[in-house]
Amino acid sequence: METNKTKEALFSKKNRKLLSDPMNINNPITVQVLGICSALAITVKLKPAVVMSLSVIVVMALANVITSLMRNMIPNRIRIIVQLVVVATLVILVDQVLKAFVYDVSKQLSVFVGLIITNCIIMGRIEAFSLGNTPWKSFLDGIGNGASYGLILIVVSFFRELFGNGTLYDYPIIEKLGLYELGYHNNGMMLLPPMALIVVAVIIWWQRSKTPSLIEKD
Amino acid sequence: MKFIQNIFDASRPAVTSGKFKPLYPLHNALETMMFVPDHNAKSGAHVRDAIDLKRTMITVIFALVPALIFGIYNSGYQHNKALGLLNSAVGWLQFFTWENFLFGALKIIPMIIVTYIAGLGVEIYFAYRNKHAVNEGFLVSGLLIPMTMPIDMPLWMIAISTIFAVLIGKEVFGGTGMNILNPALTARAFAFFAYPSFMSGDKVWINATLGPGEALVDGYSGATALGQFATTGSTTFSAWDAFLGIIPGSIGETSTILILLGGIYLIATGIGSWKIMFSSLLGAITISLIFNAVAPSMISPEQQGFLSIPFYFHLVFGSWAFSTVFMATDPVSAAHTERGKWIYGFFIGFLGIMIRVFNPAYPEGMMLAILFMNVMAPLIDHYVVEGNIKRRLKRLKLSVN
Repeated sequence: METNKTKEALFSKKNRKLLSDPMNINNPITVQVLGICSALAITVKLKPAVVMSLSVIVVMALANVITSLMRNMIPNRIRIIVQLVVVATLVILVDQVLKAFVYDVSKQLSVFVGLIITNCIIMGRIEAFSLGNTPWKSFLDGIGNGASYGLILIVVSFFRELFGNGTLYDYPIIEKLGLYELGYHNNGMMLLPPMALIVVAVIIWWQRSKTPSLIEKD
Repeated sequence: MKFIQNIFDASRPAVTSGKFKPLYPLHNALETMMFVPDHNAKSGAHVRDAIDLKRTMITVIFALVPALIFGIYNSGYQHNKALGLLNSAVGWLQFFTWENFLFGALKIIPMIIVTYIAGLGVEIYFAYRNKHAVNEGFLVSGLLIPMTMPIDMPLWMIAISTIFAVLIGKEVFGGTGMNILNPALTARAFAFFAYPSFMSGDKVWINATLGPGEALVDGYSGATALGQFATTGSTTFSAWDAFLGIIPGSIGETSTILILLGGIYLIATGIGSWKIMFSSLLGAITISLIFNAVAPSMISPEQQGFLSIPFYFHLVFGSWAFSTVFMATDPVSAAHTERGKWIYGFFIGFLGIMIRVFNPAYPEGMMLAILFMNVMAPLIDHYVVEGNIKRRLKRLKLSVN
């Protein structure tokens, strides 16, 4: 795909926007509000969140590229099925890799790796972007959206693990700082799914107060 | 009082135009709390009621004070009783003693101060940020929050719960008057789920810290009446003690009679809705009678015991009275339509007692029931209004024909 036929430079301004836009003004979670379920389910700890983010980045980038390559061959009426087959194949590959190399994390993620198939971000980006764009652009879009999904996941799980569990990437940071002796206690609510929603909501709040263009007019 | 007025007058230029401008909301809040505001209507004729938001809130505070003072005595009494330090033979002489009061006050007054500092800190920040005066809404919440907490709650947990409640429960929705949930109960729910070991169980309701040379009395148990019901199906406390309030529990919830007094005061002044309180009573009695009817069909003897207790037990034990009088009647988060208030209150009593009896994870259900009905209140209002419109349209058609 590197030999793209367009005259555009590989990292032209437009292409760089494909990478950077999802980070802020077009963030899949905080602006498009996609992929919320997995953001709630696997953000209790940092490690699963990191593994999940990486898996989603890989699946998204490859699925975008593959569908983009086939975009002129797919009959319009069965495109969803084709997309599903592509994504499902990639997800199964990722699942096998995780099981082979990071078995314990794969156990923690359990069904949610398989559920990447149903992650709205992936289907959404394929439908909205890669069916109408060149493979290279689709690749960048996949990386951008996957990474910004992962960014939110990691930020949320950072706060949830730190305040809910007192650890960071399984390192007992609160205990090492000696806060427990001062009477500190972990916040059990951080481990419950509602708190993930509230953390995401606070991120949305913060983001919108920084970028007023995102605030809807009522 | 003249000298206080002078202080406010002297410091006004500094906060309106001087370098302490960020402090203006604080200045304004303190001034209007002590003096009648000198705002005048700029145009036309206006009729103003004497009851403004501030007066409303102060009325609720007055209604809360008896239960609060009783709570202070009671927490000291429970502590001294657990340690076997009571020396007088006469019942009420044991209770209203200076030692009891001092012990309770030293525990509870810091809790109140911390709540006000934490909550008003957030309120003042948002008032400054959004350029409006500090609203009086937190005045009541700030007193309610410590009254719903167990005596041994660490102060920093109260502070965090308060900040969470004001921030997520109130300010994100637009501040006082716009909140969906009752802020005081939001704080309690946060504390309950975040720090369950400090908010439930049978260790937290009585302060049993031992000094040098002190020991707990034989057979001491810190369980509340509802905790006993949930585990054994019966209680060692008498309903009369619970009615007076000489039982362990959250600080403000124990004395049913003083809460009743506060409730009557609220109804008499027109601040609290009697419809909500009365329908909550109806709901609680209804579900208790249903439970009494189905009790024999339960298999476990504990469940049978808990289900077959008479309805007035449910009214005096736990926080039914406190929640109904002070939490459910919160005018912002309750249903607004008159018929809606009946439905809203009924389900608070109904669901509260149901959760209390059926869910072993939550020995007391009033908090969850009220928060749930807070969320449902707009829906109830919607259908009541729709119903009104439909009825009037029908009447209109009849009169046209």
